[in-house]
Amino acid sequence: MSINRLKGGLIDHDAPLNFSFDGKKYEGRAGDTLASALLANGVRLMGRSFKYHRPRGVLSAGSEEPNALVELRTSARKEPNTRATGVELFDGLEAKSQNRVGSLAFDALGVNDLFQRFFAAGFYYKTFMWPAPFWEKVYEPMIRYAAGLGSISFQDDPDLYDKGFLHCDLLIVGAGPAGLAAALTAGRAGARVILAEEDYCLGGRLNAERQPLEDISGPEWVAKTQAELASMDNVRIMARTTIFGAFDHGVYGAVERAADHLGVPAADKPREVLWRIYSKKTLLCSGAIERPIAFEKNDRPGVMLAGAVRAYANRWAATAAEDVVVFTNNDDGHKTAGDLRAKGVNVPAVIDVRQGVSVAGETEILTGATIVDTKGRLGVKSVTVRLADGKTREIPCGAVAVSGGWNPNVGLTCHQNGRPAWNETIQAFGPGERLPVGQSVAGAANGDMSTHAALTGGAQGAVEALEALGISAKPAEVPAAEDAPVSITPYWHVAGAKRAWVDFQNDITVKDVKLAHQEGYRSVELLKRYTTMGMATDQGKTANVTGLAIMAELTGKPIPETGTTLFRPPYTPVAMGALAGRSVGKEFHPTRLTPSHKWAEEQGAAFVEVGNWMRAQYFPRKGETHWRQSVDREVLATRGSVGVCDVTTLGKIDVQGADAATFLNKIYANAFAKLPVGKVRYGLMLREDGIAYDDGTAARLAEDHFVVTTTTANAVLVYRNMEFARQCLYPELDVQLISTTEAWAQYAVAGPNARKLLQKIVDPAFDISNEAFPFMGCGEITVCGGLRARLFRISFSGELAYEIAVPTRYGDALMRRLMAEGKEFDVTPYGTEALGVMRIEKGHAAGAELNGTTTALNLGLGRMVSKKKDCIGNVLSEREGMAAPDGLALVGLRPLSSATIPAGSHLMAATGPIDAKHDQGYVTSAAYSPVLKTGIGLGFLKDGSNRMGETLRAVNPLEGGEVKVEVVSAHFVDPEGGRVRD
Amino acid sequence: MTDLTAIPPLGGTQPLVEKIGDIGIVEVIDRALASIAVRAGQDAALSELMASKFEIGLPEAGQCLETKPSRIWWMGPGQWMMDGDHDSREDLAAELKAALGDVASVTEQTDGWCRFDVSGSDLSEMFARLCGLDFAALKSGAATRTLLHHQGCFVILSELGASVLGPRSSAGSLHHALVAAAKSVA
Repeated sequence: MSINRLKGGLIDHDAPLNFSFDGKKYEGRAGDTLASALLANGVRLMGRSFKYHRPRGVLSAGSEEPNALVELRTSARKEPNTRATGVELFDGLEAKSQNRVGSLAFDALGVNDLFQRFFAAGFYYKTFMWPAPFWEKVYEPMIRYAAGLGSISFQDDPDLYDKGFLHCDLLIVGAGPAGLAAALTAGRAGARVILAEEDYCLGGRLNAERQPLEDISGPEWVAKTQAELASMDNVRIMARTTIFGAFDHGVYGAVERAADHLGVPAADKPREVLWRIYSKKTLLCSGAIERPIAFEKNDRPGVMLAGAVRAYANRWAATAAEDVVVFTNNDDGHKTAGDLRAKGVNVPAVIDVRQGVSVAGETEILTGATIVDTKGRLGVKSVTVRLADGKTREIPCGAVAVSGGWNPNVGLTCHQNGRPAWNETIQAFGPGERLPVGQSVAGAANGDMSTHAALTGGAQGAVEALEALGISAKPAEVPAAEDAPVSITPYWHVAGAKRAWVDFQNDITVKDVKLAHQEGYRSVELLKRYTTMGMATDQGKTANVTGLAIMAELTGKPIPETGTTLFRPPYTPVAMGALAGRSVGKEFHPTRLTPSHKWAEEQGAAFVEVGNWMRAQYFPRKGETHWRQSVDREVLATRGSVGVCDVTTLGKIDVQGADAATFLNKIYANAFAKLPVGKVRYGLMLREDGIAYDDGTAARLAEDHFVVTTTTANAVLVYRNMEFARQCLYPELDVQLISTTEAWAQYAVAGPNARKLLQKIVDPAFDISNEAFPFMGCGEITVCGGLRARLFRISFSGELAYEIAVPTRYGDALMRRLMAEGKEFDVTPYGTEALGVMRIEKGHAAGAELNGTTTALNLGLGRMVSKKKDCIGNVLSEREGMAAPDGLALVGLRPLSSATIPAGSHLMAATGPIDAKHDQGYVTSAAYSPVLKTGIGLGFLKDGSNRMGETLRAVNPLEGGEVKVEVVSAHFVDPEGGRVRD
Repeated sequence: MTDLTAIPPLGGTQPLVEKIGDIGIVEVIDRALASIAVRAGQDAALSELMASKFEIGLPEAGQCLETKPSRIWWMGPGQWMMDGDHDSREDLAAELKAALGDVASVTEQTDGWCRFDVSGSDLSEMFARLCGLDFAALKSGAATRTLLHHQGCFVILSELGASVLGPRSSAGSLHHALVAAAKSVA
């Protein structure tokens, strides 16, 4: 049997589990935590401190633990800063101590402790000032190395995490006596209840105490209560679940550690679940956290909180040592002494700072006494006690159980900026008046410190919370339980100590608090920032109140006047994986596939992400080694015969209603009211401020029916803006909108043979000859034997071109059919690159030109902004400066050499300085034109329309380089536009 | 009858059928869809026409009515979605438009959506990991729009389970999310 293993407890003595710590093998029991198993094995030394690298052991038995932080698991699953007190032991567990150089017993950086005088609070503000460049290069990396908090694996997290949503009438945070009584009350009343408990078993302190509840033990009552709650459909019991934050409107964040008690989660199962809990009411039953007393070298392994020592003995059948001294300022410390004795642990003495305390029992009680020193390098071996008469006495022991009183665990009451309030009776902060909406507090968290008070407070708290929801409940009858009043004399630190720790995790001593006071950092907020107290991963759960009390003592003010502590989410650290949930890797956002995606994949297309869409960028053929070869070929083939491109991603918005045309007149800068049925028109949309923001087409399928197309990027934005206009700006108009982007597979068929190809698939009943179906015509037709389709004669490439749409499910088949029927024309699929080249060749503006700063005038579309009607952006497009005669105008650019023009280059005069002052404009789009066999570009140039033929320099100061360019018309190919009309 | 072959949203040759524990996830492709939006001042006329021509009412917000062979559910103020058998009523929108005339705007929505029917003894645990709906509190006939794996989806409850309709182009992502959630709880 392990040397410090006791009898009894809530562990399964017949279920051994093997684990290792720092490579050494140990045996624990089912029901152990890593901390309790280590203690049972006689391991007190569990880590090294943050700054001084002092040996540290476990302080607490809960999530407040500042010392026993380990790296849990190995390789990709390694997680640093894991509290050994919360790790449920599993077979094969591997843990390592952290923040050490060398072994845990001999840490080379332990040398820091010898120079502790140089590492006082604020030391780095003072010490590393000179020479200045050393801070970034030398000092900071050095400090970071020395003051680590564990290391990470730098590998991808192999586990899955879920996110989820839960709803309830009453959320009960904590399943101790108060939470369980509340759950019974609310459950029996039929309310929807969530009972969340961070521990892996319900019961809270009931599992750690010996006092019976009437005629049964605490754990027995817990089991009975849990069984009843589990039988209720309206109660959801969530063990291993930490409520980490109270957010707006009764929303709480919770992390359920679904598989942390297993070595590896089961296949396809999440390790943790991040829950968003929507509660109508919340009852906080989060108990209390014991606080230590600061005394000389109170950080030696073996110095622990008294309630934790008791919990290890009673619940986990483990003791830190055979001889345990108790140091207390309140009655609760004596309870620990009694419980330890009952478990067969020797208690040489109880040191009580209070005078005249008498407690029945065999243990010697030293009243009016304090601990003035401790000895033992890697664990406490003895304490030196100054007795009431001033004499000192050394008492050998392996552990010290310290109780400085209990602080209500009010963290979650503060998350909406509420401040705790000082409670004189228990000498601690309790919940303040301003709680998060819908929250109330019961049990020890509310300052009701006895078991009886917790039970009745929980039951009553549930009744009151439900009453507000109109659910009538009767407080559950609770068993008779311990009901001792709190008897405490405030005592925060032993005067005269040289090194007495307040915040163990951030290595803050009483002296640091004094230094802060001495240097004028007296407000609680400044104290925190100057010393870093409470800023470690434990958020100062065991430190803040003590630090504040010491500051109060120094300033001579009462504690409530000195300030209060404040807590922010998360209550305990949350794994990044849980925050990410399933949105990892390529599931970070949804992927949208075009109707021809499968076919394009078969062709070996290269894809490009456009928003969430995957679009074919180009279709490499055998022998092509560079993307430009594929793109040049696709452009030439399209302009030479016919090409097909999937343009489904462009937004399609169905606009119907008696006032549909009037509505479009408002939305577009140009006029649509008189567009005949069967015609398409190019349209430009302006923002309210007159800047152009999207362009596209609107096709009139009937008097009261249009289909608006948008750019791919703005499909959602345009639809949203149109809905806003419909609902808020023009509610009087009879118009209805709905997106149909996904409903139709749409392909551009472009090139001189486009019509011939389409004639092979369009049903004979429909005449699409040039006369019957001219440029900018549209209509509803059928293809391939009666399939409903839409045909638009529009062109983005400058060629004779159409866009044909069929219901999406037939999109794949239509693409295959077009390729098969187009064989005789050497039909070519083309991707977004060729699409881009052809539109630049044609001088069509796109996203690069509609860049959020340009007006219709800049784009050369000034005349499109109709002055005969009102439209969104019309008035502000006439602002002074927007129509300046020398304003930027869209021009074409042609290099005078064989070079290409880098997009983004700025335009400067042929000679002269190159700086912002002499900036003439900039290049928005550039490409190599296989038709013209030269680089070409589009750009905005000051007074550009009047500068044709001028020579400029396109400069790229960022990467270096400049290209001489000639200003030309933006229409490089077929400027007369004859081809589109053929 | 066209000789083009339709493919399901997930891109297979047949609709995908998955069974994870007792949870079934079935890709549904045999429904035609059309949206109906009432024209100004035509609310009563639309109700009457729907009743007389299709023997179906117009559901309130959050509701779906089912009168074989169609379902109709509320999408937004004055806007509903109706479905029908795809093979026999493929051009459902045209059928509706012919019946409703200027009383409503009708738009074909058939291939705007993918649909997965999810069945199982307790779906609330699965849906708790997918969306913010209080699924356990919803009853058969509930229809609501919710965010599911970053996508605006319809969730419609019937005696048989839940239908999830999401944007067709991202059917693969939606399906992945459904399967992942099912595996989490199965």
